[in-house]
Amino acid sequence: MARVVESKKACTVNPLKMSQPLGASFAFLGLDACMPVMHGSQGCTSFGLVLLVRHFKEAIPLQTTAMNEVTSILGGYDNIEAALLNIRKRAAPKLIAICSTGLTETKGDDVDGYIATVRKRKPELDDTEIVYVSTPDYVGAFEDGFKHAITAIVKTLVKPLPVVADQITLLPGSHLSPGDIDELREIVQAFGLNPVVLPDISGSLDGHIPPDWRGTTLGGTTLEDIRSAGASAFTIGVGEQTREGAEALQAIAGTPLEIFERLSGLEVNDRLLQRLSKLSGKPVPARYRRQRSQLLDAMLDGHFYTGGVKVAIGAEPDLLLAVGGLLHEMGAELRCCVSTTKSAAHALLPAQEVLLGDLEDLEAGAADCDLLITHSHGRQAAERLDKPFLRIGFPVFDRIGNAHRVQVGYRGTMNLIFEIANLMIERIAHHHAGDWPLTPEARRAATHVATSTEAPDTTTLASASA
Amino acid sequence: MSVSLKAKIAEVFEEPGCDKNQGKSEKERKKGCTKQLSPGAAAGGCAFDGAKIALQPVVDVAHLVHGPIACEGNSWDNRHSASSGSQLYRSGFTTDISELDVIYGGEKRLFKSIREIIEKYDPPAVFVYQTCVTALVGDDIEAVCQRASAKFGKPVIPVNAPGFAGPKNLGNKLGAEALLDYVIGTREPAFTTPYDINIIGEYNLVGELWQVKPLLDALGIRILSCISGDGRYNEIASAHRAKVNMMVCSKSMINIATKMEQRWGIPYFEGSFYGIGDMSETLRQIASLLVKQGAPDDLIERTERLIEVEEARAWKRIAEYRKRLQGKRVLLITGGVKSWSVVAALQEGGMEIVGTSVKKSTKEDKEKIKEIMGEGADAHMIDDMTPREMYAMLRDAKADIMLSGGRSQFVALKARMPWLDINQERYHPYGGYEGMVELVAEIDRAIFNPVWQQVRIPAPWGDDGESLGAVTPTASTDHLSGIAAKAMGLEPEEVPV
Repeated sequence: MARVVESKKACTVNPLKMSQPLGASFAFLGLDACMPVMHGSQGCTSFGLVLLVRHFKEAIPLQTTAMNEVTSILGGYDNIEAALLNIRKRAAPKLIAICSTGLTETKGDDVDGYIATVRKRKPELDDTEIVYVSTPDYVGAFEDGFKHAITAIVKTLVKPLPVVADQITLLPGSHLSPGDIDELREIVQAFGLNPVVLPDISGSLDGHIPPDWRGTTLGGTTLEDIRSAGASAFTIGVGEQTREGAEALQAIAGTPLEIFERLSGLEVNDRLLQRLSKLSGKPVPARYRRQRSQLLDAMLDGHFYTGGVKVAIGAEPDLLLAVGGLLHEMGAELRCCVSTTKSAAHALLPAQEVLLGDLEDLEAGAADCDLLITHSHGRQAAERLDKPFLRIGFPVFDRIGNAHRVQVGYRGTMNLIFEIANLMIERIAHHHAGDWPLTPEARRAATHVATSTEAPDTTTLASASA
Repeated sequence: MSVSLKAKIAEVFEEPGCDKNQGKSEKERKKGCTKQLSPGAAAGGCAFDGAKIALQPVVDVAHLVHGPIACEGNSWDNRHSASSGSQLYRSGFTTDISELDVIYGGEKRLFKSIREIIEKYDPPAVFVYQTCVTALVGDDIEAVCQRASAKFGKPVIPVNAPGFAGPKNLGNKLGAEALLDYVIGTREPAFTTPYDINIIGEYNLVGELWQVKPLLDALGIRILSCISGDGRYNEIASAHRAKVNMMVCSKSMINIATKMEQRWGIPYFEGSFYGIGDMSETLRQIASLLVKQGAPDDLIERTERLIEVEEARAWKRIAEYRKRLQGKRVLLITGGVKSWSVVAALQEGGMEIVGTSVKKSTKEDKEKIKEIMGEGADAHMIDDMTPREMYAMLRDAKADIMLSGGRSQFVALKARMPWLDINQERYHPYGGYEGMVELVAEIDRAIFNPVWQQVRIPAPWGDDGESLGAVTPTASTDHLSGIAAKAMGLEPEEVPV
């Protein structure tokens, strides 16, 4: 429904957007025994690494090809080769996942070609899978990088296999937390279905204590799991960003698919459970029928505080739709929506328009709103505007427990409603005796029987007392 | 890389104040001090990151990053440099160049961006940072800045330190060069006093400068400018009228100190605000240099008296902790100046340094460590420790606490060992006498938190989850006190139950 408008400004102020390679690296972090690598200068990796650490409070394996000026101009083959060999030697991952950056894309490095050459020259890498995705910094945003990374993983590693009837592939969008993925896995398993989750950050970024120190990711989708996706009977994607990957799976293995544009909300989750019920031939388990009823109650309790509330949201497309869609259903008005990149999700957003802009735009648009929703970088704007502030998405660096926040399924939706409603309850206005002054006309009417000669005096009196 | 940047890097490498550099042959010197990074085994920021770290703490200017979204979008608002006034430095400004800008060049977008910033935010100056992509496509930020300065009548300062030029440390210096070339010496202060100093290389992280400033205020010493923590453009522009320069963060901005000495004859010294002894030494140095520069000589006596009072007070407060922290073993993973300045501080707290990383330290830094740690210091200097080695060291209880930057914290936490942040992401200020008390208190708080005993309780079942009850309560308690003892460096019977 929403019209997409692009910012006319030359200068981005207080960025909402993050870059494609970061989104791609994030996807790769959901693969087991994996080492993501950014093909660029060491700063590209360093910035992404710091941000991921600040959000997850976890060690993040992320490497760099450490390009400098000379190698950038002459081409990065040597750096790619050295990086692959070094990583193989030091961390022994099963999978090395490379994404390009603005620097190496500007030069135009043919990384696919480089990898083919490395394969020929270095048989010691034969036991290591290599995935590559092109993600220039100056195109798209975090979500696009994630999307392309999933597609690249599928295209590189999945081959058609005989269909296993009770196995499905679950493609979570980049806006889902480890907790969200755990929740969805449980839901799918409750129907006796076996999900292959790709990528599965619930295994790697869920903040567990491993028995030993590893230089690679600590869990996630294993290579065997990824390959086995070729045998899934169905693909479920969460968010428009997963459509490209799901379609790649369809093209390779003929797997039918359904993309759920979001899984925060009542009706969307009804659809998910219906789909799972159809796929498994089993009824919806009692647990979820009960949860649905709990969600209904939460919506009833919550709507007092969300109804009529004017909201400003800044988020990546799918997250914007998830939170915005739910708020709309709860009676809120999406007054100001800012996003980072183009997406089919925007067409579904119940708002007048979506601006592809920054947090300066959001701050301006939020001036007459009751609630500000965006990632942690919005804290400065929320402080200046003195508005209640809900942190969502990535990065949330000034709160802990991000990995375990659940916002999907009936239960997650309920959490989200409570969180928002509680924010609004905190700001319920306390009124004072003088909050509702009468108009001068009303007071005049009540105090005097007006005559034409007295009128000027009473006007002066009324305005003086006001 | 433009010719001017190449020349600039060579010039930075010629640094006369850097002994390491002067010790090299001419040929080696030409190669610069940038070690070639090893692809696939590198960590740390780029030159742009370094320049931004060095200059971002100037609070009242707009810091505009000319490049794709990664450079600012992935990194802004990530340091706790504090401001006593303007908050503009916390806003992220970037040209966020598109594919078309890469093809046609981003100079027009840069110029328009500068105009938008000046119209909307009216800062006293705009700093423009070059990045890899815009450098590679040949955007001439010096020319754009010059044009914008002329057009808008406001200083627009090019900071030419694209990421691929080298590591963070080089970026610090290139950022400093921008100040030397375009800022320092361009304004005159409203008045001067014989007690005017500049503090160079202090970033006022979590307000650390304010732990020191009251001492200087009390002595009548004026910080004419701080480069760059809580800095103001106009103060830095008039920094050349100071009588003395103090250089804080080891070598990161030594070029400012040496060039200000050459240009304006301002003597400088290298000092530290970390550690009681270092803080006192720093005050003495400031006082004696100011007196040499013509300040009344009672300053020296007043300084000594202040040191006496402050040291006595700090020692008294630390003594409480010394009893508890005596002999605690610390693994220090940081670099540069902190590899020695914090060592001295910890020793004051009665702790033992079982290792300090010197990966990012200069030769002088290493000399300092030897001086402080005495015989056997070499054994404790760790050149390049992998996370796996750090983890093993902690897990095997060869250290009681690790102090490091945020990125390696999980090495300690996953080994279920205490950890304290001493780098830029931290929330606690450790400057001056006050800060040292705070650091010791924080270490005490970390080590003696009972959570360490809790998280080391083994699950009462095996990995299969089936041997429930196999571990008896008595056995489990014994096991626990053993671990706790190991962690605290005590005999098992000394462990409080």
